[in-house]
Amino acid sequence: MTAPAPALLLRGLAVAHGGRDLFAGLDLTLPAGVFSVLLGASGVGKTSLLRVIAGLDRPAAGTVAADDGAPLAGRMAWMGQRDLLQPWARVIDNVTLGDRLRGRRPDRDRAAALLRRMGLADRLAALPAELSGGMRQRVALARTLYEDRPVVLMDEPFSALDSVTRARMQDLAAETLHGRTVVLITHDPLEACRLGQAILLMAGAPVCVAGMTVPGGDVPRPADDESVLHAQGVLLRRMLDAAGP
Amino acid sequence: MSAGAIRAGRIAARLGRPLGTLCGLGLLWWGIVRLGGVPSYLLPPPDSVARALWAQRGLLAGAAGTTLLETVLGLLLGTMGGGALALLMMASAPVRRWMMPLVLLSQAVPVFALAPLLVLWFGFGIASKVVMAVLVIFFPITSSFFDGLRRTPPGWLDLARSMDARPGLVLLRLRLPAALPALASGLRVAAAIAPLGAVVGEWVGASSGLGFLMQTANTRFETDLMFAALLVLATMTVLLWWGVDRALARMLYWVPDDQPN
Repeated sequence: MTAPAPALLLRGLAVAHGGRDLFAGLDLTLPAGVFSVLLGASGVGKTSLLRVIAGLDRPAAGTVAADDGAPLAGRMAWMGQRDLLQPWARVIDNVTLGDRLRGRRPDRDRAAALLRRMGLADRLAALPAELSGGMRQRVALARTLYEDRPVVLMDEPFSALDSVTRARMQDLAAETLHGRTVVLITHDPLEACRLGQAILLMAGAPVCVAGMTVPGGDVPRPADDESVLHAQGVLLRRMLDAAGP
Repeated sequence: MSAGAIRAGRIAARLGRPLGTLCGLGLLWWGIVRLGGVPSYLLPPPDSVARALWAQRGLLAGAAGTTLLETVLGLLLGTMGGGALALLMMASAPVRRWMMPLVLLSQAVPVFALAPLLVLWFGFGIASKVVMAVLVIFFPITSSFFDGLRRTPPGWLDLARSMDARPGLVLLRLRLPAALPALASGLRVAAAIAPLGAVVGEWVGASSGLGFLMQTANTRFETDLMFAALLVLATMTVLLWWGVDRALARMLYWVPDDQPN
């Protein structure tokens, strides 16, 4: 990785979606160089918040900034819920999409190396339709890594995968994104406990964000670890309480 | 059974049904003429149409060649022009606002009314018919391609924005390929109606082509030749459509192409 990863400072953030206020006056610091997991039920406004951080939507009020004072634009990569692969392009060309859209010469060697790391060395020339859902999401992760940005925003990237594939993707993401400032949103308490180095629970309307206790150990934490299981239970209980009867 | 034999059987079944329908219609036609006592200058029986088809095969082939040339040229020029205009309308808001009414107008004015004027302007040769074919297909091409360009899945555009993409390259490398299936639907429609434009042009003023042949045969009460020309035109249109459809399916290899049987 080339650039040092900054922390993200959200100050006085107000976000509206579909005529409804999701947040007002939200202050949040997402620490540098670690995985921050935003956990919340569907529809709570996680995606809207991430889109504002990514600069895809404008906040109604407030700012998103990096703690080093430099502008955030051009330092963030974004990975969505769906793989968003181009069906007409081969796997390797999907990985180099960013350079092709910026009019720069694609670095195919680096793309091939990333795909090898994803275990897709023999699928460089395949079309997305020839891949399984898990493979497609690995290509999307390779495309995100190819951007080589210090900040990575992930919008439930593994939610559509089966549990085995999801666990493998979590391991791969934790390993390959190590050292970057990652903001991962999810509705899955286990995912939060396996990957989170800061865990933030989003609940209520307007939304309150509460910092939660993080289980010990390095990420990715094993799913059958005592402290992970316990923390997962606590999170689920809190989410149930927040949802009301 | 081998895979080849199964494939051959499937093709035979696919061709057999429309052929069966056609034979049934021919029989019905023949029955009406024979039993109804319709004079042959009003409705010739199928066998005399078949005779005219064989006897005048050279004349019909020449006329079909002219019409096919006009149609294919019209398709090429109309697709290039309509495609370029759709891209321009997508790239620039002023072009979009100024040109959309004109594109609509090209569809609202009946080409049949314009035909004599076009023959006057572009002459009795092939040019006026090519222009007719272009006019007929311009709207389906432009509007389907433009629609496709506008309907790029928003997730792709978000991804492109997060990559600091250049707008021109987003149009070229994301919007354009994503719009090709929509353009293909427009092209299929165009392939089916382009011969119509050419024939209408020939009908108004020409020295060759199927439309010209039909018109002269009609005024001489050579109804069997007229029907033979119609049959050639219909066959040509179906083959043209089929060729365009298969070529598009091959070019758009990533688009699912489940043909209902």
